[in-house]
Amino acid sequence: MNSTSSAKKKGTIRIWSVLLWLGIWQLVAMTLGQDILLVSPVNVILRLFDLVQTSSFWRSIAYSFSRIAGGFFLATLLGVLFAIFSYRYRWVEEFLAPPIQTIKATPVASFVILTLVWIAPQNLSVFISFLMVLPIMYTNVLMGIRSTDEKLLEMAEVFRVPTYRRIRYIYLSQVLPFFRSACSVALGLSWKAGIAAEVIGLPQGSIGEKLYQAKIYLDTPDMFAWTLVIIIISVWFEKLFLILLDRVMLKMEHL
Amino acid sequence: MKKLQIQDISKRYGDTVVFERFSCTLHPGEVNVLFGASGSGKTTLLRLIMGLEEADEGSLNSFEQLRFSAVFQEDRLCNNLSASSNVKLVVEPTVSSEQVKNALVAVGLGDAIRKPAKELSGGMRRRVALVRALLATYDLLILDEPFKGLDELTKKQVIAYTLERTKDKTVILVTHDLEEAKLLGAKHVINLETIA
Repeated sequence: MNSTSSAKKKGTIRIWSVLLWLGIWQLVAMTLGQDILLVSPVNVILRLFDLVQTSSFWRSIAYSFSRIAGGFFLATLLGVLFAIFSYRYRWVEEFLAPPIQTIKATPVASFVILTLVWIAPQNLSVFISFLMVLPIMYTNVLMGIRSTDEKLLEMAEVFRVPTYRRIRYIYLSQVLPFFRSACSVALGLSWKAGIAAEVIGLPQGSIGEKLYQAKIYLDTPDMFAWTLVIIIISVWFEKLFLILLDRVMLKMEHL
Repeated sequence: MKKLQIQDISKRYGDTVVFERFSCTLHPGEVNVLFGASGSGKTTLLRLIMGLEEADEGSLNSFEQLRFSAVFQEDRLCNNLSASSNVKLVVEPTVSSEQVKNALVAVGLGDAIRKPAKELSGGMRRRVALVRALLATYDLLILDEPFKGLDELTKKQVIAYTLERTKDKTVILVTHDLEEAKLLGAKHVINLETIA
């Protein structure tokens, strides 16, 4: 095994480690013997099994997924556009600097409470997911464009490489690694912030509402089951998106 | 094509004077050698000719309408693109994949056609940069030490290929090796050491 692959392995989650932690969790839950304080992993799985057989479970997932993913994609689109314009026109960057810095520094809860005044609860997670993703996308993509090798751009100028090819083969190859790392961070964050917004705004039929109800009725198995669902969707969405992005990046390398 | 005139150009970077009222003539359809020690202003002159920098004074009018092709001092390859894609990036759509492949094979890069540039050795990258410059459409070809880093055997093979591709073309060759210039059939030398 070479050093690169062994380095990659260092960050991966091993099955033995997961099983060990599940074992510890099960043991602690059995020792306590009270589901209301700490539900065992077995009971969480059993509750999840019950939930997946209901249509409201799938409706809640579709509801939250569509809104959070919608916010993510909207922020990605605008973040990339803003980065391009900021690179091209200095005044755009200067104009955007205060709101971007403000969004970065403001706690999610403050935004949720503030925006509840202006936005209907059902659209809150779209907006919050959008706000969390926008600065990450904007900053990373702008950094990526700025890192484009000046000497390659000069080469393209001398050879009169058409604009479309310059963008695809010179700019994109430099920007995509920055874009990928932004997506990796922003995808997880959009889910965390989006669900937090739903828990505060309580839009009817959302995962956040289900989580809140579980808390109100002290239904710990439900709370754990829904949390597990959020983790699974968030990880799955991130992996799927990054796999698709990697395929696009691979295609970009062929002319 | 008429003779290409560089007239009374001056170029300074702060207090450093690179050229002061420098003039020379390039012969069209021939290999013109630009000769001089490191720091004598060869690369600066090439950048002025290609329009990448502006002269403080003087005229380079006869170069303004020209189309350039170049092997730069550095290879300037897109690291993620393969050797053949790096060439295809700059050539006209009329140049076929087969022609690109044949050109790469001719300079001994048959095994490296599909390899990303980042995986190529220094000598291989130099040859990709040269093939790219030779297959591009141009009025004036600029070769800044194009055979740098090549072993003697490969250099001979690459010079032979370059000679074949540059027949009757206007070329500026920067080299420290006048033997290389002779092999490429150069007759005109612009010696920048004499202007210092």
